[in-house]
Amino acid sequence: MPTLNHYLLLSAVLFAIGTAGVFVRRNVITILLSIEIMLNAVNLTFVAFGRAMGSADGQIIVFFVMTVAAAEAAVGLAIVIALFRHRESLNPDMFTQLKW
Amino acid sequence: MIIFYVFAAVAVGASLLVIAQRNPIYSVLLLIASFGALSGLYVMLDAPFVAVIQIVIYAGAIMVLFLFVVMLLNAPHEETEADERRHILLRSGPLRFGAFLAVVLACELGWALTRGGESGVFAGGSTTSVAAIGRSLFTDYAFAFEVTSVLILVAMVGAVVLAHRERA
Amino acid sequence: MLLLIPLLPFLGFLLNASVGRRISKAAAGAVACAAMAGSFAVSLAAVWSLMALGPEARVITQPFFSWITSGDFNVAFTLRLDPLAAVMILVVSGIGALIHIYSTAYMHEESDSEFARYFSYLNLFAAFMLVLVLGSNFLVMFVGWEGVGLCSYLLIGFWYQKKSATDAGKKAFIVNRIGDVGFVLGVLLIFVHFGTLDFLEIAQSIAPLAPETAFGTISVITLLLFIGATGKSAQIPLFVWLPDAMEGPTPVSALIHAATMVTAGVYMIGRNALLFSHAPQTLTIVAIVGVATALMAGTIGLVQNDIKRVLAYSTVSQLGYMFLAMGVGAYGAGIFHLYTHAFFKALLFLGSGAVIHALSGEQDLRRMGGLKKDLPITYWTFLIGSLAIAGVPGLAGFFSKDEILFRTFAGGHTLLWTIGLLTSLLTAIYMFRLVFLAFYGERRHQSHLHDAPPAMAIALIVLAIGSVVAGYAGLSGRFERFLEPSFGLHAEEATAGAGLETTLMAASSIVAVAGIGLAVFLFLKRRAAADRLAEQFAGLHRVLEHKYYVDEIYDAALVQPIHIASREGLWKIVDVRMIDGAVNGVAEAVRGGSEILRRLQTGSVRAYAASLFLGVVMVLGYYLWR
Repeated sequence: MPTLNHYLLLSAVLFAIGTAGVFVRRNVITILLSIEIMLNAVNLTFVAFGRAMGSADGQIIVFFVMTVAAAEAAVGLAIVIALFRHRESLNPDMFTQLKW
Repeated sequence: MIIFYVFAAVAVGASLLVIAQRNPIYSVLLLIASFGALSGLYVMLDAPFVAVIQIVIYAGAIMVLFLFVVMLLNAPHEETEADERRHILLRSGPLRFGAFLAVVLACELGWALTRGGESGVFAGGSTTSVAAIGRSLFTDYAFAFEVTSVLILVAMVGAVVLAHRERA
Repeated sequence: MLLLIPLLPFLGFLLNASVGRRISKAAAGAVACAAMAGSFAVSLAAVWSLMALGPEARVITQPFFSWITSGDFNVAFTLRLDPLAAVMILVVSGIGALIHIYSTAYMHEESDSEFARYFSYLNLFAAFMLVLVLGSNFLVMFVGWEGVGLCSYLLIGFWYQKKSATDAGKKAFIVNRIGDVGFVLGVLLIFVHFGTLDFLEIAQSIAPLAPETAFGTISVITLLLFIGATGKSAQIPLFVWLPDAMEGPTPVSALIHAATMVTAGVYMIGRNALLFSHAPQTLTIVAIVGVATALMAGTIGLVQNDIKRVLAYSTVSQLGYMFLAMGVGAYGAGIFHLYTHAFFKALLFLGSGAVIHALSGEQDLRRMGGLKKDLPITYWTFLIGSLAIAGVPGLAGFFSKDEILFRTFAGGHTLLWTIGLLTSLLTAIYMFRLVFLAFYGERRHQSHLHDAPPAMAIALIVLAIGSVVAGYAGLSGRFERFLEPSFGLHAEEATAGAGLETTLMAASSIVAVAGIGLAVFLFLKRRAAADRLAEQFAGLHRVLEHKYYVDEIYDAALVQPIHIASREGLWKIVDVRMIDGAVNGVAEAVRGGSEILRRLQTGSVRAYAASLFLGVVMVLGYYLWR
């Protein structure tokens, strides 16, 4: 039987993968996808703990997390579209106007 | 147990491929696969509700949205630079640093999460039903529920405003 | 009622200062003169009611409000009238009123607003002077003291477009201020020592004590007060402002720098007679300074060519006499001379003003002459004033000056008496030199002459009458006996016998006549003789003409070093380098810091994300470690 630790370890790995993705990729859409990976890893953790403590709260939190993730994805993609219209590129290194 | 490993392997593998792919469409599709595996894991954790909404909302709505945007923008492949072919950890600048950081993070998290308390064998029984979740949601967390709906409204308006094309 | 005496001129000031420039000159002048006349009338009434009291009880005190109450320190704004103050207020308001009337004619050519400004300042001065003499404690007196200094500055620099006038005003104020440092220190010490600033209370606490034998606390206090007096009353070493103060309009010179403000120092010593009597060391210093100043100023006045400068140095010299009197303990004689001097010095200044007015601004004696026939009123009144100041018997100056010399001799200060007598000779000489150069001889100018207009003539005539009769008030010691209660001393009756007194009187008279005779010879009959004398003693002549180079010495020794220290030291080093440097340095440091820090803003999103995660990892690591 998989113990709690298994799930936790799994989610840690997934989270790390998402983090790496944020840095490694040069495409903003893919960066957003990596963020989604991270959110999923967190969801897994919540559900696992909820199950371990025998309450429904874990799942409820996941419910909210998902809602927020959806909203964030929508807004994020809108920003991406606006940025793309401005520069015709999806490379985050192209958007450096906020430098000193 | 086997099922767990299968699902876990799919999830991890798909995620790795997501960040390794150059074509964004492949990335999105692979992520859907990863979500599917996660959904299976949720079922194993006695959380059918979460499993279902994972598929419906995440894979079904959010990823579809991503696909829309990718196709709308006709997102080009990423620039292929010389060092794209090299190993992730050997690339320059923030990439190398970030990748290294991720490895460190993984170790840390793993250590953190597994260090505490009991080995965490799940207590048997006590499954929470969808009805129970619903009840809890509308009584204890009613306020948060309403606030979330406002959040979605705000996000909608924001998305529309941000993506609005100026009429010249 | 006492409050009205300074209040009326103060109201005149307020009126003229606010609406003066919009009303006609006649109205502004009328307001000012009415205020002074009113003040004089009230003063008369007040003195009348004072006289109604018996000789030992002649004090009217009117407290108005409690000014400062702080712990043990209580000062009230109280006015007090006693014989000494009575003399002063009559002199100030009476002669002040005459000078106001004179000024309406003298300042007639000024514009409306300037005219009003002049009278507002003049009224303000009178108000402050009256507060000075009516004050019952040091603090109220100091209000008046400072106030008259301020008005002196304002009036000396009245024609502010002239740089020499503004310089003179500044000089007067600054030199006064230096004296005031001593004065304030003296007042502070008085409070520390006596616990009160009220004159009567101080007198009461010191009366039972014996005079000091060595230079003790009381001597220090009185010396500090005297330093303030040297500033205000133009004695050595702080007399340098008075000749320069002649830049102001002549009526100002008459009122402030002859009759009233400069006498404040003498009055102050008189007010604290009991205190000074307990410090014989200081009194000696006072007498020596007084007589030295008298001699020095007399010698300088001998060779000056500006009519007002001669009179200015004459004032310094006569003030020296007053301080001599105070120094030998003859307080009544000193005040008596103050009173007579006010008459004839004001007269002389106003007369010179009439001359200047007639000659359309000419002030150099070498360019005057032969005015006797064209300006009869001016000439005769001026002559009376000169006779009075020279000490010719029968006129006011004779009585007061003789009294001082008599007291000096009777007190055993023979050397001081000799110097005083010598200065009398000089006084007669320089005054009549002035008379002869200005009024006799051939005319040396071209202007059309007109004698003094009525307003000026009235003042001249009244003052001339005063110069003659004022002295009789002091016959057989009446004046001094009247003043005695104010000093709190029991003056030793001059027991030197009538014979000595007559001899000394004769000596002074001979000296006065001799001086006039010398002046007749040198400046009337044979001017050539005077010029030859000047050539023979050319070096001495030059020193005297340059006033013993005192101004130059002060400039080199004090002014320039301070100037250089301020410019090089305080300004360039302290202000520019240290203070500005510190402030700018802080700004520079912040700027430098931000220059470095801003490089964090690379604009690269991924760098930001990297730092974010780095932080997370570190925080997580930290908590795990614990």
